[in-house]
Amino acid sequence: MIMALDQAKKDFKVVGNRMTRPDGIDKVTGRALFGADMSAPGMLHAAILRSPHPHARILNIDVTDALALGGVKAVVTAADFAPQKGAFNQDTLDNCMARGVALYDGHAVAAIAASSPKIAQKALELLKVEYEVLPFVMDVDAAMRADAPVLHAGRKYRNLPEDSAPNVSNHCEFGHGDMDAGFAKADRIIERSFKTAATHQGYIEPHACLATIGADGRGDLWTCTQGHYMVRDFCAAFIGMEASQLRVTASEIGGGFGGKTTVFIEPVALALARKSGRPVKLTMSREEVFRATGPTVSSSTDVKIGITNDGRITAGYANLRYQGGAFPNETMMLGAMTAFAAYDLEAVQTIGWNALTNRPKQASYRAPGAPMAIYTVEAVIDELCQELNLDPLAVRLKNAARKGTKASYGPTFDEIGLVATLEAAQKHPHYSAPLGPNQGRGVACGFWFNFGGNASVSLAINSDGTVAVTEGNPDIGGSRASISMMAAEELGIPYDKVRTIVGDTNAIGFSDVTDGSRVTFVVGLATIKAARGAIKILCTRAAKIWGIDADAVIWEDGAAKPSGHNAGEFPPMTLAEIAKVAHKTGGPIAGHYEANTDGAGVSFGVHLVDVEVDPETGATKILRYTVFQDAGKAINPDYVEGQMQGGAVQGIGWALNEEYIYGDDGRLQNPGFLDYRIPVASDLPMIDTVILEIPNPGHPYGVRGVGETGIVPPLAAVANGVSQAANVRLYELPMSPPRILAAIEGAK
Amino acid sequence: MSKIHVTTSINGDSVEYLCEPDESLLDVLRNHVGLTGAKEGCSTGDCGACSVTLDGRLVCSCLVLGAEAEGREITTIEGMADGDALHPLQRHILEGAALQCGICTPGILIAAKALLEKNPDPSEVEVRYWLAGNLCRCTGYDKIIRAVLNAAAEMRGA
Repeated sequence: MIMALDQAKKDFKVVGNRMTRPDGIDKVTGRALFGADMSAPGMLHAAILRSPHPHARILNIDVTDALALGGVKAVVTAADFAPQKGAFNQDTLDNCMARGVALYDGHAVAAIAASSPKIAQKALELLKVEYEVLPFVMDVDAAMRADAPVLHAGRKYRNLPEDSAPNVSNHCEFGHGDMDAGFAKADRIIERSFKTAATHQGYIEPHACLATIGADGRGDLWTCTQGHYMVRDFCAAFIGMEASQLRVTASEIGGGFGGKTTVFIEPVALALARKSGRPVKLTMSREEVFRATGPTVSSSTDVKIGITNDGRITAGYANLRYQGGAFPNETMMLGAMTAFAAYDLEAVQTIGWNALTNRPKQASYRAPGAPMAIYTVEAVIDELCQELNLDPLAVRLKNAARKGTKASYGPTFDEIGLVATLEAAQKHPHYSAPLGPNQGRGVACGFWFNFGGNASVSLAINSDGTVAVTEGNPDIGGSRASISMMAAEELGIPYDKVRTIVGDTNAIGFSDVTDGSRVTFVVGLATIKAARGAIKILCTRAAKIWGIDADAVIWEDGAAKPSGHNAGEFPPMTLAEIAKVAHKTGGPIAGHYEANTDGAGVSFGVHLVDVEVDPETGATKILRYTVFQDAGKAINPDYVEGQMQGGAVQGIGWALNEEYIYGDDGRLQNPGFLDYRIPVASDLPMIDTVILEIPNPGHPYGVRGVGETGIVPPLAAVANGVSQAANVRLYELPMSPPRILAAIEGAK
Repeated sequence: MSKIHVTTSINGDSVEYLCEPDESLLDVLRNHVGLTGAKEGCSTGDCGACSVTLDGRLVCSCLVLGAEAEGREITTIEGMADGDALHPLQRHILEGAALQCGICTPGILIAAKALLEKNPDPSEVEVRYWLAGNLCRCTGYDKIIRAVLNAAAEMRGA
């Protein structure tokens, strides 16, 4: 279903203003309740035993001594969960609790519930696990070799070339045109190989939940998640109960960035709650978060691009090899789809591979697959521009995808904002500002698809003229404000008359996970539809009061008005006036909508960055940063800017500092914020933003998702800036000081 | 190991609790006193989400023992607003959209308040270095820094 842009809608009253978020006061006063903030009477505390080995067969788990410790109430292992039918579900469950084989350092092996956290920790030491240590593989290129240690011996994966190595789990190809002819037309061809490290989403709130299962078999779960229906469906399947018997409530969520779009601890807490008959609280430490959740894929990519002397790209090729840990995933497909998405190319081919390694199962991270793919393409285009002495923005404009372009991944683009975004960057004062010694300016484009999907909204008109909106998507960055704004806009009432809450899984129908930059788009769309449904009823009630035909009533400025030959015959009735007498005119008034939506509208961004590289230390300082991004229609510009700024800074961290570092023993060496260094306030300048609004034809107000595109360009933008500032180009991320210093020394 | 009896002041109220000798002030606040505004992001003093003040000094409550609070004065995020009236920092963080998920917000507020008590007129660079111990993964810090500078200006009457 695509809901068309309402061309007539121009005079927004609420939308487009910088509204204060409804959950804000709770969050600045400490009242907001996050995952770890909930307790229950009689609650037990759980702890998880994790494998110290990157790859080991679990021969035996002896729980006798642990269970004998006073205060220990339950122990669970893989044997306490239901076998799953589909591979996707079984992999997700096996990642929550190792079944027979521990596949990475930190993989959960058993869990304990006890009367205090201290006893639970002590009991972990009493669990006796007998391991048979197995050979392991950590690097994607090593994992793709035929003689690499095998993770899931004998398992068959679909759609693979016949001669694929045993750890290759996924393969894909995209593109069109004659590649040989394309490269034959080029005046200059550059071919390069790149590597990017695995990075973690780095949300500040560790995973936490509170699970209860009563004697009647009914469960309640409180958890910090990006999608409580997803949690319900996984958990119900894993512990073998019907979905209706498990109610999941999403807490306030302390960041996710894709990392909370799956389950880790929730099934374990429920299994312990069922076994012990007591509420069970389970929280992860930061070390557990790093070792056993998240990270994004690491990558190894070959790129080849041909260009004419005047800057027209004639052909683009990329071979992308990703590892996403111990279980299959399709992130490489998103990389292969997005790599060249910004360009209008006659000949383009991308090939994606995923190989299994003894690392934690990758989780989505903001535009999963795209930052590392687009980094490689944007870096090679930049190198071509440097060699041919061409302006990097002019070359991008010359090759930019626009309406009617056949995208590198298949579809033909509708209205898109890349050209407008590039032009805005070109004429911005940042682009022509002078640079000093050891400084460089980097440019890069970014792209993300954005998603629509399923969402349920219910909108109730209260008898005092206020409005209650209930929706099913955890609010991860201010979406309750945007949704209240769209309801107020449609109904013609003030913003503060609407209260939007995120309902639990029993309060409202199914909604997909808060991901894909989809919430303001699709929940907003469903809210607009629900409001229009309520307006229809409000008009019918007014018609009934006036004794005229319902078709002769229109809704304008928050009130029903007689129209046509009845126009002016009765004074308008406001929403509050109709609501007050609803019990006499037919009962409660509400609207609802259940969306299943395409038409999310792709989003492009362009980033400009000035960097300075210290030739003595190799350290890079970000001097100035400007983000240009197409938001379609910015409902609440403050929070659109916030997404653009936050995405840019995560990308800066990825480019310069962040990486998973494993020792020769296959153990993670930096599972903490001291050694896994995310950007801090003193690393950064202000992040300037320019919002472009090229309306999305698939949304009544023109909204496009804005959450993910912002993390895509920084990797290449920073790399391109560093290459100018240091006079040497690096082909591996992160560009940490020792790596830059080595590159500078090597170039001498 | 017997528990330790502690008498202390939290947000101006006299409070007594029993804690284990090795229990952190953060765990005491969250699990015994019922104040969950200070958050645990790392428990190693790297993220600042658990920031409180102890006799006016900014500390990570995960690195302080509950027993150390004997006879001291603790201020947490719950003590920052004056009834319904938000502290200027709270108001500027809220109105300046300087939070997205909000998990780091209590720590940022406590740290920023401690800064402005020492230095009512900090430069942008001084705010950035003072808050370098408070990790925020959502905002890129831009709106946080602006909110702190704006609150400082308002509090100075500028």
